[in-house]
Amino acid sequence: MPDSLATLANAAGKITRLGLTLSGRGGTALPGLVTLQLDPDFIAAATRALPHGVVLVSGTNGKTTTARMLSDVARAAGWQPIHNRSGSNLERGIAGALLADATWRGEPRGDLGLFEVDEASLPRVLGRVRPRAVVITNLFRDQLDRYFELDQLARRIGDAIAALDPSVTLVLNADDPIVASLGPRHRGAALYFGVDDPSVGGSVPQAISDATRCPRCRAPLRYARVVLAHEGDWSCTSCGLTRPARDVSASRVALAAAGSEVALGGPVPGAFDDLRVPLPGLYNVYNALATVAAARALDIERATVTRAIGSFRAAFGRLEQVDVAGRSVRLVLVKNPAGFNAAIAALLETGRRPRLLAALNDRDADGRDVSWIWDADFESLAPSVDHAVVTGLRSRDLANRLKYAGVPRERVDVVDGWAAAIDRAVGGVPRGGELVVLATYTAMLALRGELARRGHVAPFWED
Amino acid sequence: MDLRIAHLYPDLMSIYGDRGNVLALAQRARWRDVAVEVRPYSAGVPFDAEWPDLLFFGGGQDVGQDIVGADLAGPGGDAVRRMVAGGAAALLVCGGYQLFGHEYVPEQGAPIPGLGMLDVRTRAGKKRFVGNLVADTPDGRLVGFENHSGRTYLGPEAKPLGTVVVGHGNNGEDRTEGAVQGRVIGTYSHGSCLPKNPWLADKLLGWALERRHGAVSLRPLDDAEERAASEQAALVARARP
Ligand SMILES: [Zn+2]
Repeated sequence: MPDSLATLANAAGKITRLGLTLSGRGGTALPGLVTLQLDPDFIAAATRALPHGVVLVSGTNGKTTTARMLSDVARAAGWQPIHNRSGSNLERGIAGALLADATWRGEPRGDLGLFEVDEASLPRVLGRVRPRAVVITNLFRDQLDRYFELDQLARRIGDAIAALDPSVTLVLNADDPIVASLGPRHRGAALYFGVDDPSVGGSVPQAISDATRCPRCRAPLRYARVVLAHEGDWSCTSCGLTRPARDVSASRVALAAAGSEVALGGPVPGAFDDLRVPLPGLYNVYNALATVAAARALDIERATVTRAIGSFRAAFGRLEQVDVAGRSVRLVLVKNPAGFNAAIAALLETGRRPRLLAALNDRDADGRDVSWIWDADFESLAPSVDHAVVTGLRSRDLANRLKYAGVPRERVDVVDGWAAAIDRAVGGVPRGGELVVLATYTAMLALRGELARRGHVAPFWED
Repeated sequence: MDLRIAHLYPDLMSIYGDRGNVLALAQRARWRDVAVEVRPYSAGVPFDAEWPDLLFFGGGQDVGQDIVGADLAGPGGDAVRRMVAGGAAALLVCGGYQLFGHEYVPEQGAPIPGLGMLDVRTRAGKKRFVGNLVADTPDGRLVGFENHSGRTYLGPEAKPLGTVVVGHGNNGEDRTEGAVQGRVIGTYSHGSCLPKNPWLADKLLGWALERRHGAVSLRPLDDAEERAASEQAALVARARP
């Protein structure tokens, strides 16, 4: 049973939450914040008694999709995950999820804690909770004005991992040199996942210098094959550090518009080794592999895992598809160059000539520094763009980016105002056609809010 | 006509959209029918000091800065000195700007010598300057985003690039931003600097083309998008510094 301070903190948070619900404000961080102020150890106290333990899912890109897939897997196994679903992945969001799923006395109403953790908060959360497994999807440069430097972040995460109890299982991306090199810092077990199909990807890391140098000795890395950004078959040219052996591996990947077919390999092949990932793009193959490896760390049987992933539905802004006036609208959340490149690669894999609604904001949650758009590979997108409506607080930066990428001026419209931008973009698509929405976090919230007002999507906190 | 651009240490010192600066230089030259070649120069690779007309040297993470510093202390530094002495123009942003100065004085330990090609000195500051940056310059408005903890002070040989209107600039004290010395320009403005500040891109292009082609007059371009981006960024900067 949780201690008395945790019980009090829980009750205070719940009262805040009830007040917000009655006043019609869903999904805010306030209840968790109130609780954590009363009891900084609330999360540890409230999760200590969970029979299946706690899984933390972190990384720059893919943590929301991976955590949601794993939640579906746990439910398919008959478990009751407590999950910070609506995208609040700071400590207060985790506390908020626990509050929503706890009794007034602070006893959890589930049996597994499944928490998506912002990568900058991960070191602190690792020190506060004793997880059963920690999943790290990838580490890219993201919102540098908030997190500063990737090397520094990786070092802090590594230090927190070195202090973990050996009973914790790490689930790490073998193809990401920064993530994979966290494994040896842990005194316990690590499971690695990766893509081993030589037919996917190229040979040159995309124009992002996140990880061109060895995480251990700083010598240049050599890539026998690049799958996505700096993820691939890497090795150090000097100290011998190399991609670890994969425990869960995609030995064959067939990409299509609606999703991917993956043949799973690895040291323990067996039945149910074909995996259908019902989301397009290689990056979602990585998310599915992370889920399969995490499920192995939780001892959930493979058949349950592949079944649950096969019937997965996309989350808020993650290639979510909605119908607007007879047009198919695909919502794609973009927040950094690697995520953007992965999303457009998924769009272009199938030979689309997209009509776009692109929205760039520079609020705190988007990253106040919009310079990342110059690292994103708009040059690959440009020749395929049929038309783009551009909007947001920094719409003019985006229009200028499209100009330098080579999109002809007559194919770009800058429209101020979310409603007007949606009208113009949807109006330009014939019935039965497709509109692709690329937007940063708060721009996506605003666009989705407008679509919700028109009855096309549910408000986001009901996800 | 052709133009040769050297991107220094792109694998180690290219964050914060530095690629945008090189894209802007290359596109603005191509739009004027100038053929452009961009070459990366990095640690451990011999530099051809005769080749470039224009150097770009961007920001960097702490770790990258160590390797770059060591390389610049050896043959890399000699080559860069010869490039600039031979008439090449240079744009330095953030970490590159600091490394071109006399020294960087960390909070603890001995000062780290720089290339000494700009008459500036930088020392570590406690608070990091992060936010939108606007400066007035004699040639036009400079808009961007700054993210640095170094405080840079100009000596008599270096002239400030501009006067800070929003943000901190060189050191947060004397309202100066950036430095100009000969054909070398240093700035804390990234975000990306040149696409939103086309006057600065064209100034560098003019200097660079002069090295092998004599004085050239650059054909004006239609900069409607660049101007719009600069204006929106300046408005945002005033509202949310
Ligand atoms: Zn190495």
